[in-house]
Amino acid sequence: MPQQIPLVDYLALSPEPHLVAHECTACGARYFDHRNACANCFATEFRDASVATTGELRAFTIVSLAAPGIPVPFVAGVIDCGGTSVRANVVNIEPDADHVHVGMKVRLATQPVGVDAAGTEAIGFGFEPLERDPGVAER
Amino acid sequence: MADDVWILGIHMTKFGKHPDKDTVDLACEAGMGALADGGVTMRDMGILAAGNLMGGPGSIGQMIQKQMGQTGIPVYNVANACATGATALRTAIMAVKAGECDAGLAVGVEKLAGAGLLAGGARGKDSDEWTPRGRYGAVAPVDGRIGTETMPGVFAQIGMEYGHKYGGVDFELFAKISEKNHAHSTLNPLASYQKRFTLEEIMNDVMIAYPNTRPMCSANCDGAAAAVVVSNAKLKSMPLAQQKRAVKISASVLTTDPWEEACQILPNVNTLTRNAAKQAYESAGVGPDDLDLVELHDCFATAELVHYDNLGLCEEGGAADYFRSGATWRDGRMPVNVSGGLESKGHPIAATGIANIWEICHHLRGEAGDRQIENARVGLAHVIGLGSACGVHILERSAA
Repeated sequence: MPQQIPLVDYLALSPEPHLVAHECTACGARYFDHRNACANCFATEFRDASVATTGELRAFTIVSLAAPGIPVPFVAGVIDCGGTSVRANVVNIEPDADHVHVGMKVRLATQPVGVDAAGTEAIGFGFEPLERDPGVAER
Repeated sequence: MADDVWILGIHMTKFGKHPDKDTVDLACEAGMGALADGGVTMRDMGILAAGNLMGGPGSIGQMIQKQMGQTGIPVYNVANACATGATALRTAIMAVKAGECDAGLAVGVEKLAGAGLLAGGARGKDSDEWTPRGRYGAVAPVDGRIGTETMPGVFAQIGMEYGHKYGGVDFELFAKISEKNHAHSTLNPLASYQKRFTLEEIMNDVMIAYPNTRPMCSANCDGAAAAVVVSNAKLKSMPLAQQKRAVKISASVLTTDPWEEACQILPNVNTLTRNAAKQAYESAGVGPDDLDLVELHDCFATAELVHYDNLGLCEEGGAADYFRSGATWRDGRMPVNVSGGLESKGHPIAATGIANIWEICHHLRGEAGDRQIENARVGLAHVIGLGSACGVHILERSAA
């Protein structure tokens, strides 16, 4: 099995894929990027916090025009994972308004991004429908 | 009130394509136009605040001075995303309010005709070695892999989120908002586009980021706008004809987005607009019901909807019903974006936050021609810059 690396450092690949937020120890605010201080309460201590791997799609768009090299159309959205909002693509779904709707239940899914010159595979993530529409082909 | 600040002169260029004018030429056309409109010269100005956001020549204020008057006054080159123009204006207002000078000039200018996606329009190549970089430790560019960085996509989600929260929102509703603004622009000779679209044409046009089709997105264009602001004392020294045309700045507010859960994921354009509107209404001593017209930041059709609510024009959660009532058409009880808005008048970024003031002033002065909102006395102008910054100005007709 080739060596793997997550697309972003807040994606943990083991033991099961999940997202890890930096949680302010004083107020509980969560961040996926590295912060100098908490934007909410200005405290400077953070701890790792696992984010729920299932959630509800709170907002989405279907992007048809993007930078060259980005496959379109794709679904981008905001997923409420047990009170922590996550930005991600919605994957394994037909990218049209008949199939994607706000309020739908989704779960974390990993996807290969590519392999670099050293043979390391980058792994990204998206969210897929919790209940797979049997008529939808795997994308 | 002795410490009132007034708009004495204001000007905007035609928005659209200006291949024969560079950024400085356009800024000067607006700046010199505003001075002439106010019956003053650069010699009267105590401050110049200028903004130009995208790929301009740098130090735009000093470059403007060299083309229209170098008098040694302080220049503030400002940048605040799409709120840059409003920030330049507010900088001049603050200088006058602080008593540093009794007159100032604010200019915003942009050349964007033909530009495509302004954010998320290019993505770096994947390197041949996965090395974590940046605040997210990303081994490759994430746009398109972890959501979207494009503005049509970001603002689409903002509109969809509102729909999820309150219901009653669909693609057709957003398209109808765009239909309104394009219809309004047919009366505005300075708009980039003056073409009415049918609802079908809007819905069947090129999809950019669902539910925003191309005509539902702000139009990239060239343009500039400028305003001269003066103290109450300076205004009183002006001829009566100028005093009658002066417009009172009843509120000038700038806010940023306070921390909230999810703001790291999707910019929250709501809370800072609500905060700005609340402060502006308190400062001006007026409420939404007192407004005769509103120019708000419809960078996308999905954005206009949420700002009806954020500006308090409707009850919380009631924006869809409010729009469906016809209230925001020019013959409704609260005309919104009678200029055509950013979707049709156009959005030369740094000019937008002064151009919307120009539109309001035109109506308050009774000089808006075919698109005049009759007996307009009070108007509100709103801009949002992602990042975020929100400018709200409330303007009132002169009592002179």
